[in-house]
Amino acid sequence: MSEFIRDQEVLRLAALSKAYNPGTPLEQQVLHDIDLRLTRGELTALIGPSGSGKSTLLNVIGLLDSPSAGELYLLGQPTRELDDAARTRLRNEAIGFVFQFHHLIPAFSVLDNVLMPLMIRHGKPRAEDIALARELLEAVGLAEFADKKANQISGGQQQRVAIARALVTRPALLLADEPTGNLDTKTAESVFALFRRFNREFGCAVLVVTHDPRLAASCARTVQLVDGHIVSDQANLP
Amino acid sequence: MRLLDAQWTEWKIALRFLADNRMQTLLIIVGIAVGSAVIVFITALITGLQANVIERTLGTQAHIRILPPDEVNRVLAPADGTLALDLEQPRAQRLRSILNWQDVRDVLDAQPELRAVSPLISGPAIARRGVARASVNLLGIDAERYQRIIPIAPELIAGRFLIDADHAVIGKELAEDLGLGIGDKLRLDAGEGREAVVDVAGIFELEVRELDARYVYLDLKQTQTLLDLAGGVTVIETAVDEIFQAEAIAARLARLTGLQAESWMATNGQLLNALRSQTMTTQMIRLFVGLSVAFGIASVLAVSVVQRTREIGILRAMGSPRGQILRVFLLQGGLLGMAGSGLGGLVGWSLVQVFNTFGPGLFFIPVEPTLIPLAMAVATVTGVLAAAAPARRAARLDPAVAIRYV
Repeated sequence: MSEFIRDQEVLRLAALSKAYNPGTPLEQQVLHDIDLRLTRGELTALIGPSGSGKSTLLNVIGLLDSPSAGELYLLGQPTRELDDAARTRLRNEAIGFVFQFHHLIPAFSVLDNVLMPLMIRHGKPRAEDIALARELLEAVGLAEFADKKANQISGGQQQRVAIARALVTRPALLLADEPTGNLDTKTAESVFALFRRFNREFGCAVLVVTHDPRLAASCARTVQLVDGHIVSDQANLP
Repeated sequence: MRLLDAQWTEWKIALRFLADNRMQTLLIIVGIAVGSAVIVFITALITGLQANVIERTLGTQAHIRILPPDEVNRVLAPADGTLALDLEQPRAQRLRSILNWQDVRDVLDAQPELRAVSPLISGPAIARRGVARASVNLLGIDAERYQRIIPIAPELIAGRFLIDADHAVIGKELAEDLGLGIGDKLRLDAGEGREAVVDVAGIFELEVRELDARYVYLDLKQTQTLLDLAGGVTVIETAVDEIFQAEAIAARLARLTGLQAESWMATNGQLLNALRSQTMTTQMIRLFVGLSVAFGIASVLAVSVVQRTREIGILRAMGSPRGQILRVFLLQGGLLGMAGSGLGGLVGWSLVQVFNTFGPGLFFIPVEPTLIPLAMAVATVTGVLAAAAPARRAARLDPAVAIRYV
């Protein structure tokens, strides 16, 4: 991958703030003037104590929530003025999510879960979609579970399926919210290894929220959030 | 096909959600099926019953009878400036002929709504055999025309349908009262010394006591002589194709001919009223059963939206538009309605067959071929409508909140 692409900006937050119940006595400022830039191929850990606004920030970045001030540029495109339909489309095209509780849809098979973002995008999956999904399942070591129901596999396996699902659209940005939060250390490490690997292979920007300082240290960059402010943003030595 | 292709994902998710909640889906489908079966059965039963009642009623009646206008007193207008007090006695309505009835018949023959036109003369007489006497109603008919209004020949239980100067056809009750058999002589006395003797050629049974005991079918000319109305007819009976248009057609014929025209609907007001209340009752039953089915579907889907809140959140996070979520739930409502009513239609149809085979056998219930498809279409639309509220709720879920819902 050329350095040019590697430096390409995926996400930029400019003076972004988020307040809940703005203009009421219950107003609660959660994020203050956040500036952040993520480029292709970057693997960034977002750390911070509980209640520091990590999840809110991730929701805003993932276009699930909108900022109350500032601007969010995704692939160079300002997003604040976009309507729900446009944000939804952008979410499908540019962002992959991995959540703490893996969040597969239990009614569907493992393969269908991986294919879901593509089905949402263009209906019946094409042969190349299915091939890609199987390839990703192979990559996370679950090829033989493709036809199992999503709730018939273990938690660690489900999280790996969720990663495959997040990557099936080849998103520019992969967001993970405590993806190893309820996994044992060994499984957590293997899940993290997948992030590192896909970050390298796909060249997408990865932003991982984690509590685990060891895992955070294994990322190239660590951003620390405290009380809605970025208090540190540093590169980790390899 | 493009539409189906475009909605592929919605179909897939909707079907999978329904299949996943197997017990819930099965229960509501059975619920819808029971409702639809009731609707299908009741509709078929009442439709069949009403068709049967109407057929029986009209089997022995003309649809519209054209009669001469009643005779009224004409009161001389008082001279200007004077006031007259009249004591008026209504006139006795003597038996009299329709004037120029041949012309009226020809005019009626030309009316496209009329299926059959039959002039006849009808009046009272005493039938005698030996010492037995019975009051009867003489009907002088043009046999061929009359048969097109009330087919007597198929109702014969003895003899044949032969009406001429020497032969008459009488009802079963009358035959029993007077002890008459085929070929026996019947003496008819129309009063004032006008008498005739005819042979009984046939005996009919219309299963209406009044008719079976009183009707004597005779030749038109002979009856005219007996009733002293040479060349006259007292009524022209007609049959129409659209039986429920009879009242409107009668009104038009009255204006056209200047005669009285009374439809079966006017003379059977009670029956018509009963049929109308029956129809209204059926519609009420259908409405309320339909409503309870709709509420059933709505409540099951409302529960399903709550159960699947998190999954809806995941779908939205993966970029599923609000419209897609909306359609997934509308589709579930429609599918439940269709599957339930399909099953219910089958059950209802079977019930009708059971009724026809093992029931009291008083009448046969036909099932209109359109009834079940129609019921399914209505149930499908009802399902979609019932799903509207839960589907809107699902589509409006905030994905950021929904995804954390436990």
